[in-house]
Amino acid sequence: MTVQQISVFVENRPGQLAEFTKLLEAKNIDLRALSMAEAEDFGILRIIVDDTYNTIQTLKNAGYICSVTPVVAVEIEDKPGSLVKVVHTLAEGGINLEYTYAFLTSKKAAAYVIFRVADSDAAVEILRKAGIKVVSQEELETLF
Amino acid sequence: MQKYYQPEIECASQEQIKAWQDERLVETVRRVYENVPYYRAKMEAKGVTPDDIKSTADLHKLPFLTKDDLRDAYPYGLMAKPVKDCVRIQSTSGTTGRRVVAFYTQHDIDLWEDCCARAIMAVGGTEEDVVQVSYGYGLFTGGPGLNGGSHKVGCLTLPMSSGNTDRQLQFMCDLGTTILCCTPSYAAYLAESIHEKGLRDQIKLKAGIFGAEAWTPEMRRDIEEKLGIKAYDIYGLTEISGPGVSFECSEQAGMHINEDHFIAEIIDPKTGEVLPEGEKGELVFTSITKEAFPLIRYRTKDICVLTRKPCSCGRTHVKMSKPMGRSDDMMIIKGVNVFPSQVEAVLMKQGYPANYQILVSRENNSDKMEVHVEMTPEMFSDNLSHVSAREKELESALKAMLGIYADVKLVAPKSIARSEGKAVRVVDTRNLY
Repeated sequence: MTVQQISVFVENRPGQLAEFTKLLEAKNIDLRALSMAEAEDFGILRIIVDDTYNTIQTLKNAGYICSVTPVVAVEIEDKPGSLVKVVHTLAEGGINLEYTYAFLTSKKAAAYVIFRVADSDAAVEILRKAGIKVVSQEELETLF
Repeated sequence: MQKYYQPEIECASQEQIKAWQDERLVETVRRVYENVPYYRAKMEAKGVTPDDIKSTADLHKLPFLTKDDLRDAYPYGLMAKPVKDCVRIQSTSGTTGRRVVAFYTQHDIDLWEDCCARAIMAVGGTEEDVVQVSYGYGLFTGGPGLNGGSHKVGCLTLPMSSGNTDRQLQFMCDLGTTILCCTPSYAAYLAESIHEKGLRDQIKLKAGIFGAEAWTPEMRRDIEEKLGIKAYDIYGLTEISGPGVSFECSEQAGMHINEDHFIAEIIDPKTGEVLPEGEKGELVFTSITKEAFPLIRYRTKDICVLTRKPCSCGRTHVKMSKPMGRSDDMMIIKGVNVFPSQVEAVLMKQGYPANYQILVSRENNSDKMEVHVEMTPEMFSDNLSHVSAREKELESALKAMLGIYADVKLVAPKSIARSEGKAVRVVDTRNLY
């Protein structure tokens, strides 16, 4: 049970992100989360949107290189210390994190954390057994 | 006072030079026709026999030779002497795709070293001098050529090879080097280091012989000022022998071609027609004293001008200008020959499409090469380190192919400027010519 993240190749130059966000605006695409990883001359933009399929089409038509990446999303209480149990559980289960980021929403009084791991199924299983709430794509879509 | 290594040759009359060339050309053509099937086939295809070549006036009847011929005949197809008579192989710099090998008998090496000795004496070298040879040694002709020339003059010779700048500077100071031989970009780098370390008053340099890559008059002035020396150009190519095919004299305006060994022509690169003296065109060489690897009408692809105006140094051999460009797409970067097709071959092999651009620039007198490659969906990953590793992989593959480092940057699809649908392959901002 994973959610879809869109990963986009972007050059590291002034105005690149402005162009990108304008494109999303024009297509009325709603961003729930955005994270950026940067190397010296390029970056990888990771986003979670309300309509993955349309966004991918839009980006491809505009000439972007992008892909859909399955990531694990968990819902936690928005208070100090609530992330500890999650990362501790993953560590105990021998799950290595490739990257992670978090977002909030006005729809619910909770925080959401995204994890990219090599074996998503294993991570989901371990988290569930520990009683941690893993969010499905359907549940995620209700947050927009 | 001008000093010459071989005054009777270097200052010979035009008539004498022509007589040598006529005699040696006729002999060379007959020899390659008889001993090298590749030449015989080329001449037969053009309907020429050695009997048609009676003097240099008949040179234009002979077929041209290009780098493609050298590749077709690789490795031994153009050798004019049996292996037992040859003693040395040299090769062009680091170019896997277009490697060129040249062969030498002991006599060939002897004459080549004479040419380099003439160059050293032309910059004021004598047996009192300490010559630091900081060209690469090995397959590259720079080190061995100048090393041999320096011995012939009787200079104390320091066979440093390139790199290890600290050691270069230490020996230069401790041993009192007076003449430095290296690429102009390395000379500029050494000059900068000497300046930074405040070693200017500890060096005894008086002259430098800097070749194997193009350099501008500004770069010459910069090196001369920083080192307090005279900087001289030298020209050559492995195919013809190596450095010393031509060299600069005290006038520092054009390089004397050693005409007793090489006949120079200027042709229209499009039609192949020979152009009169003073016109700009492609330089073509015929080697007339080489035993192992004589080349007839070899097209250098270098664009330049020849002049027979009398020279104040007293030498009578024709002078060529610095190359003003190329009639093919070869670039010389950090002294290494680079063709865009080599970069393309590496990209294809690594699974990239041929959408790339080579950017060559010069920072602090040192060449910098960047290769921009358009990203493809297949190469993409959401993991940054995977994509970065791709760049590193390409950099290693290019280094293996070219012999020099190129900074690879993955760029967005269709972001490379296109001209009539084709990506612009090379952007060279060095303004060398």
